[in-house]
Amino acid sequence: MRFEHPATFNPIDQLKVIGHPTSRIEGPLKTTGTAPYAYERHDVVTNQAYGYVVGSAIGKGRIATINLEAANAAPGVLAIVTAENAGKLGKGERNAAPLLGGPEIAHYHQAVAVVVAGTFEQARAAAQLVRIDYVKGDGKFDLAAAIDAAGTPTPSFGGPADTAVGDFAVSFAAAPVQLDATYTTPDQGHAMMEPHASIAAWDDGKLTVWTSNQMIAWGAEDMAKTLGIPKENVRLVSPYIGGGFGGKLFLRADVLLAALGARAAGRPVKVTLQRPLMFNNTTHRPATIQRIRIGAERDGRITAIGHESWSGNVKDGEPEMAVSQTRLLYAGANRMTATRLAALDLPEGNAMRAPGEASGMMALEIAIDELADKLGIDPVVLRISNDTQVDPEHPERHFSQRQLVQCLSDGAARFGWDKRDPKPGQIRDGRWLVGMGVAAAFRNNLVTKSAARVRLDQQGTVTVETDMTDIGTGSYTIIAQTAAEMMGVPLERVVVRLGDSDFPVSCGSGGQWGGNNSTAGVYAACVKLRESIAQKLGFNSEEAEFADGVVRSGNRSAPLAQAAGQGDLVAEDAIEYGDLAKTYQQSTFGAHFVEVGVDADTAEIRVRRMLAVCAAGRILNPKAARSQVIGAMTMGVGAALMEYLVVDKRHGLFITHDLAAYEVPVHADIPHQDVIFLDETDPMSSPMKAKGVAELGICGVAAAVANAVHNATGVRVRDYPITLDKLLAGMPEPV
Amino acid sequence: MTRVFFDVNGETHQLELDTRTTLLDALREHLHLTGTKKGCDHGQCGACTVIVDGRRINSCLTLAVMHQGDEITTIEGLGTPDGLHPLQAAFVEHDGYQCGYCTPGQICSAVAVLAEVKAGIPSHVTADLNAPVRLTNAELRERMSGNICRCGAYSNIAEAISEVAGRSA
Repeated sequence: MRFEHPATFNPIDQLKVIGHPTSRIEGPLKTTGTAPYAYERHDVVTNQAYGYVVGSAIGKGRIATINLEAANAAPGVLAIVTAENAGKLGKGERNAAPLLGGPEIAHYHQAVAVVVAGTFEQARAAAQLVRIDYVKGDGKFDLAAAIDAAGTPTPSFGGPADTAVGDFAVSFAAAPVQLDATYTTPDQGHAMMEPHASIAAWDDGKLTVWTSNQMIAWGAEDMAKTLGIPKENVRLVSPYIGGGFGGKLFLRADVLLAALGARAAGRPVKVTLQRPLMFNNTTHRPATIQRIRIGAERDGRITAIGHESWSGNVKDGEPEMAVSQTRLLYAGANRMTATRLAALDLPEGNAMRAPGEASGMMALEIAIDELADKLGIDPVVLRISNDTQVDPEHPERHFSQRQLVQCLSDGAARFGWDKRDPKPGQIRDGRWLVGMGVAAAFRNNLVTKSAARVRLDQQGTVTVETDMTDIGTGSYTIIAQTAAEMMGVPLERVVVRLGDSDFPVSCGSGGQWGGNNSTAGVYAACVKLRESIAQKLGFNSEEAEFADGVVRSGNRSAPLAQAAGQGDLVAEDAIEYGDLAKTYQQSTFGAHFVEVGVDADTAEIRVRRMLAVCAAGRILNPKAARSQVIGAMTMGVGAALMEYLVVDKRHGLFITHDLAAYEVPVHADIPHQDVIFLDETDPMSSPMKAKGVAELGICGVAAAVANAVHNATGVRVRDYPITLDKLLAGMPEPV
Repeated sequence: MTRVFFDVNGETHQLELDTRTTLLDALREHLHLTGTKKGCDHGQCGACTVIVDGRRINSCLTLAVMHQGDEITTIEGLGTPDGLHPLQAAFVEHDGYQCGYCTPGQICSAVAVLAEVKAGIPSHVTADLNAPVRLTNAELRERMSGNICRCGAYSNIAEAISEVAGRSA
């Protein structure tokens, strides 16, 4: 089905099932520990051996010698695979650094060997016996030192390296009020709870991998390319994924090493990346240095806005597009953005929840707060007065929906923003200095092809199959709701099967595109199934109504199941998009409000209250969508206050590479969180009229925390994370 | 290799194990009770929480051979998809999870937290050691802080536990 014109009334608009806060249909499995994750598939093949990964102990250079003698002789060892004996390997389309290193080493903890043994304990012990002599090379690990030599990246997924409208330099220089500030965001890790894990089994040249991956088709394609075998010979299965956040978008070393290990050992092999290996072995959100300049009239009207960002990456890696939102969020006649990329030898930087905007909003939304201070204008009011209903670079392009102003004003009223004292350090609650902060939330809505197959059987059960994944987002449930709504059956009559490369190729889970696109693909398949059911029952498909397990047309009706009386009816289709995303700018909007307490003596920061107001198209399931937003708010608190992959610039690694040193929010860090969804349907996005929401929720949160800390203490921290050592020197004098 | 026996969810198991085998791997790899999760294998995340002789522990930080004769309860012993434990049902109702990987550990911890409070065991944030322990928001969040949820379902988990404890979050 091609989606080329704005959606009109369709069966989804009945909202009998869609739009309801249905509990997750897989909930009873997840809460009882019976949902099977990748490493747990004892049921799929017998005789599984264990692989243990050895990571490079240098950040840059090469392996001089690798001695496997002792390891090979260790009890239980079946095989050891290194680059020397792995055979010729290609590289996945979406991988920058090779997944199996040697002799050249691209980054620290790049996999250099997998030791396969009969048990986990044997494999782990033998891995310690692998002796590697390295020749260390000169690596570049310091972003700040590398930016002078940074280059102009080729235009990427996130947009061109340079954008300009009007004359930024002249209008900024002429502006009566100017802000010019530089912000830094550190490298951050996905730190999903389930480590990357795979079980690989070969059968007559064909490979099956039970894995944990967000994008099944990408993974299968890149696995085939890396191994140099036909794509048809690779099957990936990933029904449950213990978190991804972008860290499982691509083929990673666990898949490759399980496949190579299984081939070498001649039996199925399971591999999980050890937690302390994950942070340097896999991808991360790259650090940024961002300079923001804003010129404004005294009434607050922005006349010039400029955003420059520097990040680093390995060869073939891409820049962090931290300037993206600045092209669209606020009005202003004169604008520029610039993105530069430095060559670094740290592990590969890549997508993490809201790549681009998450980092960019961390900086931009402090800058707006600083501008509000300079102007003496309330930061909510300043944002509202610089709203734009059109793409500022192309004023003929309207936003499909844009309720940023409503988000800000509703949020302010709900949060009690009027009780905020604009002068910092004024509100005390015992030993706590209390402050409030606000930030806008912004993330683009992306549309992309997504396919599904739908089957009706003679029991009247509707089965949906698509390679879409559920990484905790609620895909199982919203897909079931979509099929139930379309076919006129209760939710219990729908079976959803996901995450298998044998199923039609979906959009996958990433970029907050999964919800809208995957359900739109199911919608398309259901439209086709409805046609074939109507035809089978002798009804006019245009007039047939599907409700309560019955198909009606005029004064005739028949049970839905009757259509499958002589055999299952199957329909497959995909949603494909026309130009609506070009003619209209599709984005999601929100406002984050945060209250913090800062200990007047120790500068310890506690988040006390959080509210997000979101406008993101139709909310297909308010319960699951709310969870996406509170989860994103939680990750935003982490970004604001603690998450920090500290770079060891001598040895070229992230030194905080486990869950003790890479701090993420825990229960005690997060208060009760409020989320409000504004009533919105977006007919430009898809027949579902929905948009993404899972990444919107993180965009702006960290800045709202930073702004609240400033309001509490008067200390402006521009370098994340905001830790108490950065506050102490500037804290208000004790009263 | 050594022989060890213990009770898991009311059933006695006798195993022949490599002495290096953690309780977590004994459960997951030998008994195929994979509800207990391995998130870090270093006692840093709580996904492997099980209840041993009434107390919650990180099963990755203890060797199986140290549990001769112990009574172990895992997530599978609390309830089944068709017969959920009240906390499991509350997690479903309040959406106290997303990806589901930390969930069994969260629920096992929550079961033990309610028992700890009932038994009057204090925590780091208990203000008065002589008064009965009350499950305040601070107590609940402090006691659950060894169980990381990267999806960030904390606010909902607190609601779920509070409902079962008969109080508001």
